[in-house]
Amino acid sequence: MASRLASKSPAATLVKDSAAAALVAALLALPLLGFRMTDTARGLVLDYRFPLVLWSAGVVFAGRLLFTLAGAAIGRRLAARPPRAAARRWPLSGGRGRALAGWAMVGFALVLPLTPFGDRNLVDKATLLLIYIMLGWGLNIVVGLAGLLDLGYVAFYAVGAYSYALLSQAFGLSFWLCLPIAGLMAATFGMVLGFPVLRLRGDYLAIVTLGFGEIIRVVLLNWQSLTGGPDGVYDIKRPSFFGLPFSAFAPEGHQTFAQFFGLAYSPNQRIYFLYYLILILALATNLFTLRIRRLPIGRAWEALREDEIACRSLGINPTKTKLSAFAIGAMFAGFAGSFFATRQGFISPESFTFIESAIILSIVVLGGMGSQVGIVLAAVLLVGLPEWFRDLQLYRMLAFGGAMVLIMLWRPRGLLAHRDPTILLADHPAPSPADPTAPSEVSP
Amino acid sequence: MDYFLQQLINGLTLGSIYGLIAIGYTMVYGIIGMINFAHGDLYMVGAFISMIAFMLLAVLGITSVPLALALVLVMAMLFTAVYGWAIERIAYRPLRGSFKLAPLISAIGMSIVLENYVQIAQGARVKPMQPLIQGGFDLSLQPGHHTSLSLLQILIMLLTVGLMAVFSWIITKTPLGRAQRATEQDMTMATLLGVNVDRIISATFIIGACLAAVAGLMVTLYYGVIDFYIGFIAGMKAFTAAVLGGIGSLPGAMLGGLLIGLIEAFWSGYFSIEYKDVATFGILVMVLIFRPTGLLGKPEIEKV
Repeated sequence: MASRLASKSPAATLVKDSAAAALVAALLALPLLGFRMTDTARGLVLDYRFPLVLWSAGVVFAGRLLFTLAGAAIGRRLAARPPRAAARRWPLSGGRGRALAGWAMVGFALVLPLTPFGDRNLVDKATLLLIYIMLGWGLNIVVGLAGLLDLGYVAFYAVGAYSYALLSQAFGLSFWLCLPIAGLMAATFGMVLGFPVLRLRGDYLAIVTLGFGEIIRVVLLNWQSLTGGPDGVYDIKRPSFFGLPFSAFAPEGHQTFAQFFGLAYSPNQRIYFLYYLILILALATNLFTLRIRRLPIGRAWEALREDEIACRSLGINPTKTKLSAFAIGAMFAGFAGSFFATRQGFISPESFTFIESAIILSIVVLGGMGSQVGIVLAAVLLVGLPEWFRDLQLYRMLAFGGAMVLIMLWRPRGLLAHRDPTILLADHPAPSPADPTAPSEVSP
Repeated sequence: MDYFLQQLINGLTLGSIYGLIAIGYTMVYGIIGMINFAHGDLYMVGAFISMIAFMLLAVLGITSVPLALALVLVMAMLFTAVYGWAIERIAYRPLRGSFKLAPLISAIGMSIVLENYVQIAQGARVKPMQPLIQGGFDLSLQPGHHTSLSLLQILIMLLTVGLMAVFSWIITKTPLGRAQRATEQDMTMATLLGVNVDRIISATFIIGACLAAVAGLMVTLYYGVIDFYIGFIAGMKAFTAAVLGGIGSLPGAMLGGLLIGLIEAFWSGYFSIEYKDVATFGILVMVLIFRPTGLLGKPEIEKV
């Protein structure tokens, strides 16, 4: 941009450029913003809103002008600086710094309900956020470590949720018993679905997993006798604290949590309990990932992600290795799913649409594939922030989609893109991450 | 037999629509190797623009159906093409040659943006339209049965065949098509030989958007109702069609589209309408397992 401005008449070029952008904006806005089909008693009627078209053109013109000017100014300043300063690193890019940030986050999460601003509402939102963080960490095993693009992760989340809901309703099993069963069910589903498709190429795998996600949702929607169809399952049992329920009154011969500990009953107790429960589940997922990366199987995943042919020649069985990643990722989604069911008390296929898969995958990719702290940041950005603006329901998803595009344009490798290799030869310096501007493989 | 024939006609009509969308996926995949996730939403945008254009023409007092159809076709293609071009320019071009998943995420984001933009701009309610083209032929073979082929179905199939002919001509005979094929084979080499790759990729998105707009127009006429969410499921089926036919192959996309349409029609006709999407994806999975390159795709050899 700066070089183009340096040509003969920078001002004229700039204005022309902005005018072109404004023209495109007007053309985009004209059919869909300029006209509106309004429902009336006589059917659809066309309304005209041409000022909106002019507004969008004007905003784009001004925006383009300002951004180009600002970009040129920043470019000049960067050019004036010594080159080392220009190539500054992301503040959390070092391994030590990131570990420190991670511990700080864990500490913050632990004390959050005790702080003065940790009221019921905030803790509830943090619980939701933690579900997404846990799902992000679970999917990270599949996408970040093993490099398998899974667009239907929400299917396993649904399997976990329905497993718990149906088991607890049909057999009266408790949450704690169902949690491992739900994880196992989801992992089994992962194996069954994964086995035939894991030898497919990346993009095909993505689309097949997307298809599976939809199939599971359609089955949940239509298998009325088992899943209740679109009405879902309700009155799902709430979890108890080692058999002590969080309710105002205990059933005959039992004690509630509050009675046992001699506390006054408060509905907040359950909310805080759920918060700590998902915190523990999420941290377990994280710990598992961190540890398994050091085990042969974790190393095999990462090796497979980097080069499948090389792995094969080194005697790694790609199908088994991929399948294990797929199943373990699915298992964590199953855990998260049964937690979701117990927290909501009600589940329906509505909660397991493709958009959820897209959100979880974006969290992983925006976080910088494979970076555990990055996933937390991305989840806060994509799920936490919009959650605070729930009043602007209509514009929330628009902003969400826009943020996905903008973050990708800004940092195509994710927020925390730098990743230290798990293992290094002693003499060799760490290889620099691949230059994002270098041309990568384009399909042949 | 009558019932079979009816499902065949319905399936071919539906398949034509899927095929037109599938071409957009397959072309983009062939050239830049990305799944243009927002393509299904372009089809939705095309449907909305078509409906608005019809209403506008009605306000302007143009009542001749062929004239209105031609004008709407042009308008829908034109404006949807601007959308296709802008999406590539804003969300994909800066990411070209970047990390492999980045364009996919950007495309998913773009798809969410388009859906919500249309929802905000036009409202979430389903938009109905009066049937514009009525009448048809009775093809009943046996008395007491009923098989019909409507004018609209004939129009959809003819338009698809016509567009396919024009499109094949563009790809095989014109300089643009030659440049496109060159870019598809080797982008670097094409650049070295003086092909303006940026322009070719833009052209690809524009052509894809035009075909999606036609599909959107057809679906508006055929079903008579549209909403902001139609792009997702149709886009997914069209992508399935592209993979089924062999991604990157243009005749394959059309063939895949027709097959998906037929599978859907016959499954809904003979088994259950609720599980028609399951049938589609089930067949996709089968094809990928037993013939991963699709029906007409070339096998891909991975080199070290």
